[in-house]
Amino acid sequence: MDAVYFLVQQMMFFSIPLLIVALGGMFSERSGVVNIALEGIMVAGAFTSILMINALQAGMSGQGLLLLAILVAVVTGALFSLLHAYAAISLRSDQTISGTALNMIAPASAIYLARMIQPNGVQQIEFTNTFRIAKVSLLGDIPVLGPLLFQNAYITTYIGIIIFAASAFVLYKTRFGLRLRACGEHPQAADSVGINVYKMRYAGVMISGALAGLGGLVYVIPTSTNFNATVSGYGFLALAVLIFGQWKPLRILMAAFFFGLMKTIASAYSGIPLLQNLGIPSDIYKMVPFIATLIALAFTSKKSQAPRASGVPYDKGLR
Amino acid sequence: MHKIRKALSSMSASLLAIAAGLLAGFIILLISNPANALRGLATILLGGWNNGMKGVGQVLYYATPLIMTGLSVGFAFKTGMFNIGAAGQLMVGGLAAVYVGVTWTFLPGAAHWIVALLAGMLAGMAWGMVVGLFKALLNVHEVITSIMLNYIGMYGINYLIKNSHLFDPLKNQTVNVAAGAVLPKAGLDQVFYILKGKYQDASAVNAGILIAVGLAIVIYILLNKTTFGFELKACGYNRHASRYAGISESRAIITSMAIAGGLAGIAGALMYLAPASGMHIHVAEVLAEQGFNGIAVALLGMSNPLGIIFTGLFIAHITVGGSYLQSLRYMKEIIEVIIGLIIYFSAFSLLVRDVIARAGKRRARKTRLLAAREGQDNLSIQKEVDG
Repeated sequence: MDAVYFLVQQMMFFSIPLLIVALGGMFSERSGVVNIALEGIMVAGAFTSILMINALQAGMSGQGLLLLAILVAVVTGALFSLLHAYAAISLRSDQTISGTALNMIAPASAIYLARMIQPNGVQQIEFTNTFRIAKVSLLGDIPVLGPLLFQNAYITTYIGIIIFAASAFVLYKTRFGLRLRACGEHPQAADSVGINVYKMRYAGVMISGALAGLGGLVYVIPTSTNFNATVSGYGFLALAVLIFGQWKPLRILMAAFFFGLMKTIASAYSGIPLLQNLGIPSDIYKMVPFIATLIALAFTSKKSQAPRASGVPYDKGLR
Repeated sequence: MHKIRKALSSMSASLLAIAAGLLAGFIILLISNPANALRGLATILLGGWNNGMKGVGQVLYYATPLIMTGLSVGFAFKTGMFNIGAAGQLMVGGLAAVYVGVTWTFLPGAAHWIVALLAGMLAGMAWGMVVGLFKALLNVHEVITSIMLNYIGMYGINYLIKNSHLFDPLKNQTVNVAAGAVLPKAGLDQVFYILKGKYQDASAVNAGILIAVGLAIVIYILLNKTTFGFELKACGYNRHASRYAGISESRAIITSMAIAGGLAGIAGALMYLAPASGMHIHVAEVLAEQGFNGIAVALLGMSNPLGIIFTGLFIAHITVGGSYLQSLRYMKEIIEVIIGLIIYFSAFSLLVRDVIARAGKRRARKTRLLAAREGQDNLSIQKEVDG
């Protein structure tokens, strides 16, 4: 049983950032803008927030500091994504161009700034992890559920779940969500009934930026003690999770957990006696999440359909 | 005439983006360390020339894989697909080439490196083709398959290298390929060197750059002058229309991705068919950066194979320039920031190009109206419109 608890706790570290970022990507794509800049925005969000933790940790620690960092990450992500929004929406440029640009600018400037700011030109930004919650009081004592969800956890896990619920609600149950989806499916029709397509798309991209920025921080905190200007391709993986999840919140949640579980097995198999005894080399285990995703996709994608207008710049003049 | 004007206006758009990116880079240099900023900019612009002909050779050397991955991504763009998997295809191709280069020593003379190069191409093709198959037959988005295959390739290659005779455990990389499998210099080392006393310190440049440029021209002809290329492009523009015209969409998708993969595979082969002092495949959990930089090269070159030659050279040029920045106490990462900014500004330049084109059209209409008013016959007006 302990192995299962361990597996689930580990799984959260991989799944939650994927979930948050993929949900972010969903808002952008459902509004009609492909956002391949998720990777770069994650790096930007992680960079500023970890830099802030690094600067303030002498005087602060624990959840207060983490919440402050979350705020910084969200704001950074939203602002950084404005660059993409401006090029993709206002200038109607090819959406892969600005996305690729952001993916190049973010890590390079993170390294450049870190080496300029820090003494001795060090590019890693160190931080002390004071954010792990060994056990949530009361909830942590619930049998089964306690050890699964409320021990050895981070508040970011709960924030991720809340974001999931909020996203599903906003997308399907609010006027904003309906309008957003309309802009991604048929912007001309949306415009004809008085929806400002440009505004909705800006909103979609900025939400994706805010969530991707947050996702960057959420990815780095449990898995490392320094930030080295990279999120190891998690932005691209989130893009994959988004497509795997068919641009729908619940499916994205399942896709993120599926991928996270595979990833956990790949990285923690040596802690599980059954898998350890099989004698399969670690490189093969590390391939498992990607192969499993491909196989799952092969069976589920036949009817896959991206938001219809996703990736197509909207030109009011052409209506 | 019309074609040339169009090419010129898109080129001027790219040049504007480059100027804007460099200006932004200069501002960053000014903020970081004002005293050296001008010299910093000069160093970047000089690129390889900072180190004479050897430096220029290095530019050609670094440009080789960039042109190849740029071609790979650009070719896929032209046929309506986004190949984000050039990194994986490059590594798979590189490993196949190294395998042949190390193992098949029975091949005589030049046949060895040629066969190794072809092996790299075939492996890359196979890796790219999987993406095409998944898209054509199973409707799996090419971006997701490419991303997954990047990682599968990376881990798979690490496993294969570590468990074979290709592994050099001391250096944690592949062993040297046989002498016959090293790409020939093609006389380039006699051009690109600097003198150290009487010793010619030659750059690492080799026949790879010639192969890359040659292939760019081949791809240009394939895309623009053949029916086959036209069909692939047609599928990219409008798959419904091309299906109606009797073009097999699935076949087009699969062959496009196979060709794109093959081009990236050749990039890997050209990188790793190198002498002992050259590049080796490191066993590390990092995706080849040349694969992602290929996206930038393709975008800046507007996916035009001939444009890609120049953008590949340009990006290599300022990257080599950036490596000389250290002495001015700037970090070389500034170059990647500048490249990113250039790509970003190239999004603006589409707008600029539109403005130029619109102005051109307006001028054309004006002359036409004037001509009509002067009572010239319709024939000459028609001629002007056609020309």
